[in-house]
Amino acid sequence: MRPADVLRFAAGSATGYPLRTFLMVLAMSIGVAAVVMLTALGDGARRYVVNEFSSLGSNLVIVLPGRSETGGFNPANAITGTPRDLTVADAQAIARAPSVLRTAPLTIGTSEASYGGKLRDATVVGTTADYFLIRGLTVAQGRILPAGDTGLSSSVAILGAKVREELFGAEPAVGRMIRVGDRRYRIIGVMAQSGQGLGMNADEVIVLPVSAAQAMFNTNTLFRILVEAKGREAILTAKDEAAAIIKARHDNEEDVTVITQDAVLATFDRILGVLTYGVAGIAGISLAVAGILVMNVMLVAVTQRTGEIGLMKALGAPGHTIRNAFLTEAALLSAAGAVLGYLIGEGGAFALRLMFPTLPAYAPAWAVIAALGTALVTGLLFGVMPANRAARMDPVQALAKR
Amino acid sequence: MALIELSAIERVFTLGDSEVHALHALDLAIDAGEYVAIMGPSGSGKSTLLNLLGLLDHPNAGTYRLEGRDVTTLSAEEQARVRRERIGFVFQSFHLVPRLTAAENVALPMMLAGIAPAERGERVAKALADYGLTDRAGHRPDQLSGGQRQRVAIARATIMRPAMILADEPTGNLDRATGEDVMELLEGLNASGVTLIVVTHDPVLGQRARRRVMMEDGSKVEDTGAR
Repeated sequence: MRPADVLRFAAGSATGYPLRTFLMVLAMSIGVAAVVMLTALGDGARRYVVNEFSSLGSNLVIVLPGRSETGGFNPANAITGTPRDLTVADAQAIARAPSVLRTAPLTIGTSEASYGGKLRDATVVGTTADYFLIRGLTVAQGRILPAGDTGLSSSVAILGAKVREELFGAEPAVGRMIRVGDRRYRIIGVMAQSGQGLGMNADEVIVLPVSAAQAMFNTNTLFRILVEAKGREAILTAKDEAAAIIKARHDNEEDVTVITQDAVLATFDRILGVLTYGVAGIAGISLAVAGILVMNVMLVAVTQRTGEIGLMKALGAPGHTIRNAFLTEAALLSAAGAVLGYLIGEGGAFALRLMFPTLPAYAPAWAVIAALGTALVTGLLFGVMPANRAARMDPVQALAKR
Repeated sequence: MALIELSAIERVFTLGDSEVHALHALDLAIDAGEYVAIMGPSGSGKSTLLNLLGLLDHPNAGTYRLEGRDVTTLSAEEQARVRRERIGFVFQSFHLVPRLTAAENVALPMMLAGIAPAERGERVAKALADYGLTDRAGHRPDQLSGGQRQRVAIARATIMRPAMILADEPTGNLDRATGEDVMELLEGLNASGVTLIVVTHDPVLGQRARRRVMMEDGSKVEDTGAR
């Protein structure tokens, strides 16, 4: 039998029983669509988180006060209590390390801001001019904090876009005085709209010089020190240098945690990557179920067409021809299901993107290939048994059944 | 040399604990071009004999020589080839593939043999014209009358130009007039040199054949053409 004839014959038998074919294609397509859609969701979440972290700035090393260590209860902890403060001087010291480009001390709190009778709670960020450079923030009006100024004397503030809009409306803000807490600050700039930045919305903050913020919150310690390394390859040395400098300054005790953005990113990437594999695996189960359904349906087909198989044998079809015809039919049905499922899955991913525009829900290429491949392989694999049964059928008995 | 030579054929079926001798010590020789009716009551072994002749079944003992070649020892693949090229089947219930058109049903053996589509088309058109089915070429079996179905089946059985046609109650599902037409068709083929072997329990049908083989309990009890 010619390959083209086998294909045409198998396609003819598939379309000859529309309900059976429809059900099998549906089962297969649901399996494939599940894989495509769920991996799109998982991978979308992964990409979303990675993007969010990248927007924090590049070549970033973060110094946190306190040491996170596993190892159970240490009696020393009970006596020494809190770690040493992380200070502005620490930040300035790290800035002098060879692999470090610049550092920005960061202190954060909430306070009340008022202007012209309007009152608003706002997140107050105390930092230096370098913070804007590290995070790549720009001002829409005015200017950023004056460089190098960490002294108490400068009572200036930069408003987030939303804070400005709510307190000033259409009025110009730059140059006005605003009350934050119990002190007044001159507004020197308004930040450009930037949107979400992983938990902290840059549009809803008021940026003050670090010393002013520390005075406001009556604290000497910092929330974080952001360190920008001189390049991507310098990140690890910058991390080590920062840790060494803090250790030297803190009585030779490592009481800070230094993390790189890459490490955080890699961790999230890994976690969410595993999650994607997980959902792909769960969706894969539905493919296996579809495979069993393929077998079931093909077995029914063999029984249904017993007379036809007997006839084919009487007409001189050897066993392998009959096996090929049934295998081709199983493969055709699987392929149709795979293609349909792929389209449904892509449609579902598209719908997800419409519903959650921030989520880049695109199915990864590996998942698409794996889903289509698995669908074809399961279809063929589960088609082998019914096809063999057809091929081995006794022609006399097959012809007698009608 | 005889077309068909059966010698000492035994065919035993096991039904539960008991053994049934469907064929027992059967010898039969049929020459090319003969018209043979195999007759007998049901259970006499005539259908088993036809299945053996058509290589659909295997004897438990004995030899079957077709055109001088021992076909019982051939592989399944080679037996399929012999069926394809030398034997045409006509069944009582026609056995047409319901989803294929008349033309496609007739073309089926050629498709299985791997003959090029162009040649298939030509031969099918000629066969359909010979059997008066040209205007029925695109119809599926359920759109054909019983007589037309059996004519499609005969066209299919002869399309590979076989040496013999094995017909199992070819008129069993047809009314008398249509059955008459079908028999004339088959006898016409026999007149052109094809060996025709008809299995029937209908004595009227059997009387038409030049040679009659009566079967009973798996053995030949009468053979009008025995040599």
